[in-house]
Amino acid sequence: MKSQTAKQAFDAAPWTGRVRKYDIVKEATIAVVIVSLLVVLLSLIFSSPDDKQLTFRDWAKTNPTNFYATTVQELAGTSESAGYGPPYNNASAGLNIGPLWLQKWAGVTHPVDTPNDLVITPLSLSVLSASETSALGTWKSANIDQQTAWATAYDTAIGAADGNYTAAAPGDYGPVPALANALTNVAAQGSLDALLLAGGNFYSTDNTKQILFFGDGAYLDDAATAANLQGNSWGMMNETGRYPGQAWLWLYSIWYQIPPFINEASAPFGSNADAYIMFVVMGLTAGLMFAPLIPGLRSIPRVIPLHRKIWKSYYSEENIKRHK
Amino acid sequence: MSIQNTENTSTETPAPEDSAHEDSISENSQMWTARLRNMWQRNLPIDKLLPDTQPAYVSSWIYVFGVLTIAAFVDILISGLILAFAGPAWYHTSSLGLFVNSLHFWGVQLFFVFMVVHLWGKFWMAAWRGRRTATWITGMVAFLASIGTAFTGYLIQTNFDAQWIAFEAKDGFNAVGIGAFFTPTNIGQIMLIHVALLPLVLGAITVMHVLLVRKHGVVPPMDALPEIEA
Repeated sequence: MKSQTAKQAFDAAPWTGRVRKYDIVKEATIAVVIVSLLVVLLSLIFSSPDDKQLTFRDWAKTNPTNFYATTVQELAGTSESAGYGPPYNNASAGLNIGPLWLQKWAGVTHPVDTPNDLVITPLSLSVLSASETSALGTWKSANIDQQTAWATAYDTAIGAADGNYTAAAPGDYGPVPALANALTNVAAQGSLDALLLAGGNFYSTDNTKQILFFGDGAYLDDAATAANLQGNSWGMMNETGRYPGQAWLWLYSIWYQIPPFINEASAPFGSNADAYIMFVVMGLTAGLMFAPLIPGLRSIPRVIPLHRKIWKSYYSEENIKRHK
Repeated sequence: MSIQNTENTSTETPAPEDSAHEDSISENSQMWTARLRNMWQRNLPIDKLLPDTQPAYVSSWIYVFGVLTIAAFVDILISGLILAFAGPAWYHTSSLGLFVNSLHFWGVQLFFVFMVVHLWGKFWMAAWRGRRTATWITGMVAFLASIGTAFTGYLIQTNFDAQWIAFEAKDGFNAVGIGAFFTPTNIGQIMLIHVALLPLVLGAITVMHVLLVRKHGVVPPMDALPEIEA
């Protein structure tokens, strides 16, 4: 115990042993020059990734069937966004860790009403044909139960037709087909991106509605699958193209690759993976941050003596054997 | 003899102007500015801040990764400043913009390589020994701030990758309630955090970390013993 205290004092005290010359300013200057040259060289050889952004226009033109079906889901309230819960709506309580329902604690801070915000408002701000304007009027004048009944029936019919609305069985769908068709046209014309972003205003920097709508359909998802960016293939840690990406997120992404989190259907861990993994990563990070204060963890460097390699020449010159 | 007497008298009984000067110094030392200056000089004298010698054991390549990380940070700040003036969409349409974006991108990649090697090097040295816990913790905070800065940078690329990361990341933050205040899908918020807030935070933590390193010096080898160097 006494020798341990002496060692601690020795480690903390100013060094009184042998020294060597050290020019800190020169070292920093050389480091900046070398790293700068390396950065320029890598940039000239490899450039940087920049896969073009996706747009609603591209979605509506390349896969109008999926865009149409997604629009119907937004009206019916059956899309992922419609049932998301906080911070967008109260359709569900969100994820939980046992009794902790952190997702709903702060409430709805970014309200998104999918039928109105993603479909009806953009259509109301667009120039429509007479029949489309009439369909919009019919929807607006109907009560919410009627609206839901029309949209849900049509969504079910499209689902039964494997997402192909042209093959959906006939039924009482009210103005829903006309509205879905109108929004597909607005999107194909290239207007929907700006309508969702600004909602008729001049300034806006919040892309939440666009991202939510994108995520409800297959277009963004298919593109991510093709680019190998899905969560079960290391997700957002990956980069488009053959670039390194955010490799430093490995400790976060790795949990999505292994059971029980890899199976989204398994409760409670898989179905609440986002919440559990956040906590696991926070815990591991705190462990590393406070390693000096955690018995056992702080002794690992002594148990696995890689420091003998780092200070090899010093130990050799001072003839210091391994300290037990 | 008379000279000696004069000297003694002078020492024992200060002249009125000298006494006033000492009172003034005594009063000054109570000032906040003087206290701060004294504290600084006590903890980090200039020869510690800008040393021209190092302990002999500092002779491994592992020691260069700290300064390499700072060098990469300098490069990132310069390329980031240019990108900030030109706007986030500049590099989509300009070959010069793409080059500056590449400088930023590779600067970040190298920054993390250097920083992670530095971090693990310090872990295996148990570099927190000898009252250096705060140095380790500020280093870890800098690492976390770096991850946050890089993450927000990826969100403001205004390309497909940014769209996908925003879509994916929102779920993680929403799941634990952070999404109520930090919104990956709000490019305005993320842009301000990335460009204005986090570089300042990271810069401040880095300065604090470096000052602590200079104050405490480089940790001695784990098996170095007091009697050997005494």
